[in-house]
Amino acid sequence: MLLIPCPWCGPRPENEFRYGGQAHIVRPARPEAVDDDVWAAYLFLRDNPRGRHAERWRHVHGCGRFFNCVRDTVSDRIAASYKPNEAPPP
Amino acid sequence: MPVISRYSWLSLLRHGAGQPWARQWRDAAPKAAYDVVIVGAGGHGLATAYYLAKEHGVRNVAVLDKGWLGGGNTGRNTTIIRSNYLQPESAALYDHALRLWETLSREINYNVMYSARGVLMLAHTHHDVQVFKRHVHANRLQGIDNEWLTPAQAAAFCPGLDISDRVRFPILGAALQRRGGVARHDAVAWGYARAASALGVDIIQNCAVTGILRDAAGVVSAVETTCGPIATSRVGVAAAGHTSVIMAMAGLRLPLESFPLQAFVSEPVKPVLPCVVMSNTVHAYISQSDKGELVFGAGTDAYTSYSQAGGLHVAGETLQAVLELFPAFRRLRLLRNWGGIVDTTPDRSPIIGLTPVPGLYVNCGWGTGGFKATPGSGHVFAATIATGVPHRLAAPFALERFVTGRLIDEAAAAAVAH
Repeated sequence: MLLIPCPWCGPRPENEFRYGGQAHIVRPARPEAVDDDVWAAYLFLRDNPRGRHAERWRHVHGCGRFFNCVRDTVSDRIAASYKPNEAPPP
Repeated sequence: MPVISRYSWLSLLRHGAGQPWARQWRDAAPKAAYDVVIVGAGGHGLATAYYLAKEHGVRNVAVLDKGWLGGGNTGRNTTIIRSNYLQPESAALYDHALRLWETLSREINYNVMYSARGVLMLAHTHHDVQVFKRHVHANRLQGIDNEWLTPAQAAAFCPGLDISDRVRFPILGAALQRRGGVARHDAVAWGYARAASALGVDIIQNCAVTGILRDAAGVVSAVETTCGPIATSRVGVAAAGHTSVIMAMAGLRLPLESFPLQAFVSEPVKPVLPCVVMSNTVHAYISQSDKGELVFGAGTDAYTSYSQAGGLHVAGETLQAVLELFPAFRRLRLLRNWGGIVDTTPDRSPIIGLTPVPGLYVNCGWGTGGFKATPGSGHVFAATIATGVPHRLAAPFALERFVTGRLIDEAAAAAVAH
């Protein structure tokens, strides 16, 4: 079980959280203006890297808020967590 | 040492009299070039190579693996076979595989221990009952066996199952596919490897693909590997949970996410469980291997990972569920647990076919249930690679479906919630 650092509540066990997939995916501002390829990419294509991964989490059994984590998908170590309006750490 | 002899009663007698057994397949070193390179020496990749050689006469084939043969999800799954999927496209594909399972041992002259002992899928809620009955009706229209059992019928088919109303999620009924069952997972990899090798296919272990090269026209020209470059104009990727990593080498992103999926086995005991039992709601699947171990399948972790481990709490939840279904199992000790990395798609159906890169073919996205499809997957993927046109049964599973929107939604078919 992961120990996940919620930016508001501090480190809490994984089962207080819900995973939200890859972070920083931007919805096209005008969906009607993009073609099917762009829309499909927004909906379905994911990086799925072996290594560093920026991802969304939500503290559902805590403060209820969304935030982002940078985690290594091989070791599962979390390098950082940050608020949704912040850029990922370098 | 001589390679490959045909197994028979006569060969068994000869070997019993002292003749040494031959190696089952050649552990090859890579040649400079091949007609087709398959990435991944698991069941799907080896089956693909076998059918390329057997049915399409494409014998100059290499199967590469970064580790050892059958050491990925082929050696890590819970060996369950069934074809009672909801959508007609899936039911056709999985039943194609099931029909191949029925004759596979004879086809490849290797005992894969396919055992049609029946797969029982338990319903615990009103919603389960409605969904499973819909599956039963859909399957019968498709000509695929699936039947509805009352709790008493389910307990008669599977003694030991607690159908009382004292449990947290009482059993309200079950769907049974009698042709479903299990096969010996390692034997599937070994059998296909032996049969493919006998037809001239090179199986190259401990050789990781590190790059996919393309010529000026953008067509695949070679793969770079840890054992040097290998020229080829056709690459078939059957790398399961690591597919995204391989496809990124060709600049492609796929609609895939990789998750750890766990399984574990108990100490071996005498026969206690005559069939396969699956439960979506309490989240467990169970069978007993021919060695006597009870084989348990757990769910995926919540987050993407390549750790091949998985959280202990996920396994714990499955054990709680199993012990409620089968109170008699609570004194068993567990021997081993492990994880595999499964690649899941948004509609929980596989992706089989061509890619935007000419010469690059992909067979992935089998998620938590790829083992059951092994022969069918290899069969249709081989036809797709050999002809450059998707096999009839593979065509609906093309990558384009995520753009056209013609998804094949099987989220309700998996026993694993994801």
